[in-house]
Amino acid sequence: MNAWHYFVNLFPNVRADFVSWLQGFGLPSSLIIFLDSIIGITLILLFVFPMVMLFIWMERRFIARFQLRPGPNRCGPLGLLQPVADAVKILVKELIMPAKGDRLVHWVAPIIMFFAVFMVFAVLPIGNGSMGVFADLNIGILYIVAISSLAIIGIFMAGWASNNKYSLIGAMRGVAQLISYEVPMVLSIVGVVLIVGSLQMSEIVGKQTVPFILLQPMGFLIYFIGAITELNRSPMDMIEADSEIVAGYFTEYSGMKFAMFYLAEYINALAVAIIVATLFLSGWKGPFLPVWFWFVLKVLAVFMFILWMRATLIRLRIDQVMAFSWKFLLPMALINVFITAGEVLVWDTWMSGWQSFPWPFIFVNFAIAAGLIVLWSKFFFRLGGGRVEVGRLRARNSQGYGADSQAPVS
Amino acid sequence: MELKTQPFMLNIGPHHPSTHGVFRMRVTLDGEVIVDLEPVFGYLHRGIEKLAEGRTYTQNIPFTDRLDYIASMINNFAYVRAVEKLAGINVPERAEYLRVIMAELMRIARHLLGIGFLTNDLGALMTPLLYMWREREKIVDLFEMVCGQRQTYNYMRIGGVSHDIPPEFLPAVKKFLKEMPAFIDEYDQLLAENEILLARTKGVGILPADLAINSSVSGPMLRASGIKWDIRKADPYSVYDRFDFDIPTATAGDTYDRYRVRIEEMRQSVRIVEQAIEQLPPGEICAKLPALLRPAKGDAYARIEASTGELGFYLVSDGSIAPYRYRVRSPELLNLTVLRDISIGWKIADLIIIFGSIDIALAEVDR
Repeated sequence: MNAWHYFVNLFPNVRADFVSWLQGFGLPSSLIIFLDSIIGITLILLFVFPMVMLFIWMERRFIARFQLRPGPNRCGPLGLLQPVADAVKILVKELIMPAKGDRLVHWVAPIIMFFAVFMVFAVLPIGNGSMGVFADLNIGILYIVAISSLAIIGIFMAGWASNNKYSLIGAMRGVAQLISYEVPMVLSIVGVVLIVGSLQMSEIVGKQTVPFILLQPMGFLIYFIGAITELNRSPMDMIEADSEIVAGYFTEYSGMKFAMFYLAEYINALAVAIIVATLFLSGWKGPFLPVWFWFVLKVLAVFMFILWMRATLIRLRIDQVMAFSWKFLLPMALINVFITAGEVLVWDTWMSGWQSFPWPFIFVNFAIAAGLIVLWSKFFFRLGGGRVEVGRLRARNSQGYGADSQAPVS
Repeated sequence: MELKTQPFMLNIGPHHPSTHGVFRMRVTLDGEVIVDLEPVFGYLHRGIEKLAEGRTYTQNIPFTDRLDYIASMINNFAYVRAVEKLAGINVPERAEYLRVIMAELMRIARHLLGIGFLTNDLGALMTPLLYMWREREKIVDLFEMVCGQRQTYNYMRIGGVSHDIPPEFLPAVKKFLKEMPAFIDEYDQLLAENEILLARTKGVGILPADLAINSSVSGPMLRASGIKWDIRKADPYSVYDRFDFDIPTATAGDTYDRYRVRIEEMRQSVRIVEQAIEQLPPGEICAKLPALLRPAKGDAYARIEASTGELGFYLVSDGSIAPYRYRVRSPELLNLTVLRDISIGWKIADLIIIFGSIDIALAEVDR
């Protein structure tokens, strides 16, 4: 293997070399698996933390440019060391514990969230071949869906333990929102799984001769919106809506505990960017240039898009966010599953062997997606509720509204 | 096990990112829905009205800068008009024109910030605000050119203004006026046709016209509810009767209309400044007055159309060098009194934008 080929697929090759080097000592295979997992974890950390620092820098710098200001430019060239300076500042801050908060839960919450977002990286394919994934599970996608929902437990624990009403409102919003968006998100992945015929991440990348965004435009859109909601990014940043509920679930967090939430958010953003790149943008695949270059490029492109939305859009209201999920995304996702299943059936039954790639479906799917979105948003879908008649709430409520507050009008 | 729900009390403010200062709302919530709201005033009370009784009439002008600190020129204007009415002073024509130019430029700057902070309350992560800040910066540069200050101008004097405009001022204003309509169109395009902004603001926090009149609401808020009432037209002061401009109104009285009226008012202000610059006469900029003004016994109330509504100063003189009583009719305080009525039944997120659309500066509410 020459140097160029080694360089092209850097991450799996380092790991493969390490494993073959270990085998040279005649160690037992269980020990080799153990040491292999350690090198795998190290390589993931070496990938994740620089990427997260790059993300933080990008976020601050690019949003500044969107907003006609220079952004951080004092720490290092182009302000590249700003994340380091932030980290140092945050590490030396005092850990403040709310007086009547739940001390144990308050501590455990950021750790749970941190773990949950990190565990997703186990099945994300960073490079070519079986060595490119830390654990190439045959249920990879299912694992991602299951693990990424765990983060909400951390959020809810944080909201509960802070003994702060803003935190609690944020946490409750988070739970409602996550449950609503998990459903269309999973259904949108089903389209990809139907085409590939496997849940394994490496196989999903392997089957993508062209990016699946072309075959699954609707699935991509739904997954992307759901992912943004799960990331608490604008316009769906209900959980930490700073102009409404101060900082949401981490209002009462400071110092390293806050930093863990902050980091977990960016790591989650990285994970989502990788998942989107893997499922819909053909992962690490690309012509001519090294594998890792294409991979990082696609991840950054997805993150850039998330940033762009954050810098541009106005926040939705909580009932509008929920309505959007149940009334718009869910029916769209179901229709998408049906259409994709039909197309797979047609392709496998009558058209197999005709050509290697179902290119006619690209045009069909884009047309169907555009048509459905226009149709649904015009005729079947109305966003959110609006004003609530307080009199009805009062009748429903057994406790009344307390003696100190005046009788609510209407 | 029986599950039951219970309303809970939430203190929004005095320290909260979007209370525009230190305002406190005791809100009773059922889930996210507001069932009751009690505004708590006075966290920024500085006793300006009492302080003024110990100062001479001229020394009081800087205090007015500190009322609505993002629209200082307009406050200056209202106060000096009250003193002139009390003492019966005639103001030179050039000074009146300069005052109108400054007040209208200030109105544009104030509305820019009002709309900018409204979008911030809507959750737009500062981007529209910073675009509007870019335009406000140009106006502030113009003011700096005239009076050397960027925030609290202290420009108007009893009987006129403190400085005449420098020669480079008029070309700079003309350049600004030429660019500004395009920028207003840009904001309008970016914001008014935004689907999310429409979904968030249309129909939210409707203020009915009768409630608005009964609560003494004035300014853009009143006009958004469909009432064509602008003191510049209804009771023309200074030289406003010489200009040709329209009073923008809307019909629904919701948050979106309050936003629209502000956008349209900026266009009208640009028109007024254009005409004022054309008509600007030469001459004196300040009337000849004694060093210490001693108005005769009596009282006077003068009002102007400030950017947020009817700003009035009521002065009582006992013949000495300081006012016996100095009272501010604050439009922002009176506009804020309807907050409870228009926000009950909406959600927390709506409360924040309704509050933002009232557009207050706490320094004037609490004085």
